[in-house]
Amino acid sequence: MRQIDPDFLALPLRRLADAALQRARELGAEFAAFRLERVRAETLRLFDARLEGSSDADDLGFAVRVVKNGTWGFAGGITLTPEAVAEVAAQAILVAEVSAPLNREPIELAAEPVHEGVWVSAYDVDPFDVPLREKVALLGDWSSGLLAKGVDHVSASLMQVKEQKFYADSAGTVTTQQRVRVHPALTAMKTEGSTFDDMRTLAPPVGRGYEYLTGTGWDFPAELAELPDLLAEKLAAPSVKAGAYDLVVDPSNLWLTIHESIGHATELDRALGYEAAYAGTSFATFDQLGELTYGSPIMNVTGDRTAEHGLASVGWDDEGVEGQRFDIVRDGTLVGYQLDRRMALLKGLGRSNGCAFADSPGHPPIQRMANVSLQPAEGGPSAEELIAGVDDGIYVLGDKSWSIDMQRYNFQFTGQRFYKIENGRLAGQLRDVAYQATTTDFWRSMDAVGGPETYVLGGAFNCGKGQPGQVAPVSHGCPSARFRGVKILNTVQEGGK
Amino acid sequence: MTPQEVVERALALPGADDRVVIVDEDTTANLRFAGNTLTTNGVARGSRLTVVSIVGAGTGVVSRSGVTPEQIADVVGAADQAARDAQPSEDARPLVAGEVAADWDRPAEETSIAVFRDLAPALGEAFAAAESGGGRLYGFAEHLVNSVFVGTSTGLRRRHDQPTGRLELNAKSPDMTRSAWVGAATRDFTDVDIAALDATLAQRLEWAKRKIDLPPGRYETLLPPGAVADLMIYLYWSAGARDAFDGRTVFAKPGGGTRVGEELAKLPIDLYSDPARAGVECGGFTVAHTSSREQSVFDNGFDLGRTKWIADGRLENLIQTRHSAEVTGLAETPAIDNLIMEGPSGGRSLEEMIAATERGLLLTCLWYIREVDPQTLLLTGLTRDGVYLVENGEVTGEVNNFRFNESPVDLLGRITEVGAASQTLPREWNDYFTRTIMPPLRVPDFNMSTVSQAN
Repeated sequence: MRQIDPDFLALPLRRLADAALQRARELGAEFAAFRLERVRAETLRLFDARLEGSSDADDLGFAVRVVKNGTWGFAGGITLTPEAVAEVAAQAILVAEVSAPLNREPIELAAEPVHEGVWVSAYDVDPFDVPLREKVALLGDWSSGLLAKGVDHVSASLMQVKEQKFYADSAGTVTTQQRVRVHPALTAMKTEGSTFDDMRTLAPPVGRGYEYLTGTGWDFPAELAELPDLLAEKLAAPSVKAGAYDLVVDPSNLWLTIHESIGHATELDRALGYEAAYAGTSFATFDQLGELTYGSPIMNVTGDRTAEHGLASVGWDDEGVEGQRFDIVRDGTLVGYQLDRRMALLKGLGRSNGCAFADSPGHPPIQRMANVSLQPAEGGPSAEELIAGVDDGIYVLGDKSWSIDMQRYNFQFTGQRFYKIENGRLAGQLRDVAYQATTTDFWRSMDAVGGPETYVLGGAFNCGKGQPGQVAPVSHGCPSARFRGVKILNTVQEGGK
Repeated sequence: MTPQEVVERALALPGADDRVVIVDEDTTANLRFAGNTLTTNGVARGSRLTVVSIVGAGTGVVSRSGVTPEQIADVVGAADQAARDAQPSEDARPLVAGEVAADWDRPAEETSIAVFRDLAPALGEAFAAAESGGGRLYGFAEHLVNSVFVGTSTGLRRRHDQPTGRLELNAKSPDMTRSAWVGAATRDFTDVDIAALDATLAQRLEWAKRKIDLPPGRYETLLPPGAVADLMIYLYWSAGARDAFDGRTVFAKPGGGTRVGEELAKLPIDLYSDPARAGVECGGFTVAHTSSREQSVFDNGFDLGRTKWIADGRLENLIQTRHSAEVTGLAETPAIDNLIMEGPSGGRSLEEMIAATERGLLLTCLWYIREVDPQTLLLTGLTRDGVYLVENGEVTGEVNNFRFNESPVDLLGRITEVGAASQTLPREWNDYFTRTIMPPLRVPDFNMSTVSQAN
């Protein structure tokens, strides 16, 4: 197991925490938490095998969050001295006092055991230990290989993040964590006559290190070898005829549908209206907990902050709550929400399930998504067996465009590749496809989920939520799955052409 | 150490042929509320040093936050090393030359929670009023101040202070079936009238008392300035010259080149940016922390002026770096942080356009806008917080929400009326872009693809 970097541990973490928590107590805080974090992010972008731009940035700072007279107060700072930290703690108290006239619901938090510990995510090679030149050379080689096979252009990118957090609160919890994530992606582009199109690798972002690019967890050379021919086939493919089709959806596409139509819809802050003016609310309202038929009886969805290589996996969340795994949909019925400590107590749900997260030292934690995953069927079918059960349908791979309404009813997705299914067999690619549905109609139409061998952890680095806006990384695991009678649009016709 | 001293110290260190140093000083304050009560709040401060080093043909960029005086040399050294490791930069150009700006020595500007001292009580009164009427208020107020200092080894020293404020108010009926939204962009919150915004919300919730179900289809639609802003911002973000030249966007000419010079709208519409435009003032020079398709670190300090993207309905310019301008043979027109759309003078107000509508839809805003097809710039998204039916010049009720599929470029060619432009806050993109002046538009056949049950 990797260790936390010594230069982070060398920062005066406990001394600063003591200064902040003591000052907050002196000024009357009922609860106080200190969080110091360093988020380092490096991004490389190549176009046609040449480095187009790179950024190597970090965000180092701390935050003090207090409850004073039942009102939250939050302040962030960057000067790492006990005096500066104490001053920011006083600012957090002032923010609580200035905001008090606006607060009508006294803040109380669900109980959580006191924790003390260290957690490091599962990775082998720190991407920040790999020279820039080596990374550029690898992406350049991959790009050159695609260009040599006849595509017009190739864009390549590699995002790498290392997140280090120290947390201490007035209850006595003290935790230190480090996690790493990477996302390599290549997109091949080609023009045929007056039509251009592109195709991106399906490799998902993961909570792994640089080893992900060198053979652990994904076979990039094999995927890249197929991409030019697949793109050429897509450019020559017929345009889809709009109508209702049976779909078999690959995990590389289905993860995003899960994210939008289950992940966000089962965030309790949305269900309670805290996101009403921005990200929106949820059709899955609290009064339907235990009652709502979310999907077919074979639908089982979990929230998980412990999944190995999961982008939302942590040891403890940003309220000091231990990472857990919990049920959200069981046998098709809504049975759980994603929680933070305030909402868990407010709604009488007992302990928080650890879904508070802040994306930077300058932002307060808000309720963010766990790794929300659709469970496979033990002994369930392969993708080929799912396809074999379709007479007239479409097989969907890879995510592309996505959009869903503010209560998570109506969604529309496109993908990287769509194949026509005729009499249980794939019959070539289709173009201009989008699928559109209402969340519960879609999940209730799921008549088969694949077995564990079809299960893949997909995800994204950049799920947006909250004001001020915060981004969070999150994974979604799922098997291949089959849906009956889904509405398919022809996007060219939608554009009025 | 002042930001100016940081710039000078970083520039003075040996190890690179040329260097650009950028210091950003940021302060923020925010209040967030839901259901007539505060939910989150905060103040924060940030400081970031970005060093662009040029060694031979290579360029290295390193950015670090909270840098102490003793750490400046480490950041510069890391950028120098990255430059030595780098391949030749395709966008390399001589750094922009210049001199020390007259305002260079002024300290960075700041904000604090005190910016809300007048707003917070007014919001408190609005919460109380909503509570007594059984309604609920949701929303967000934020103030950011960014002071950026740019210095180059060619002698240029420029700085800019950018205040950015936004307020969003969302009112809902007690049963949550009626919802209305208003937003305001501001520099300092002194011009925000909570009572007036609250009155607009009340009027819209009143309109929504009569519910009318309409099927999907193409409808004559009045897009208010905020919805127009969201569509035009996406068009603007898609107007990179290099991508168009490479055949990757709606602005690519089939067979090669770009569509610059081509008529996009039959009406004489101007879409432009102007750093000096009153109310939406923004930085008058390029600040690029990294190079990309649409910006170049070599262009830091480049003078920005009024730039027309669309003039009299014709595509006039695309977003350029100096490098992409050379490749495409077009003018050097880098991105600018505001966007203005205007039609012929004498355009009607939105209220006058409603009065002149026999039957059509009036939107409040668009939401979750995403690209479906880059070739046509087909976008999808939802209507939100109020779609109203206009009949014989009056709003007669609220209609269900829709998912739309529309291209803002195609739409420019179909609009039949451009109203009077005013400053507005985009709904979808105001996390990234707040400085817009837009007109209301009349579209004869806006494509409402399907009904959304959301309300």
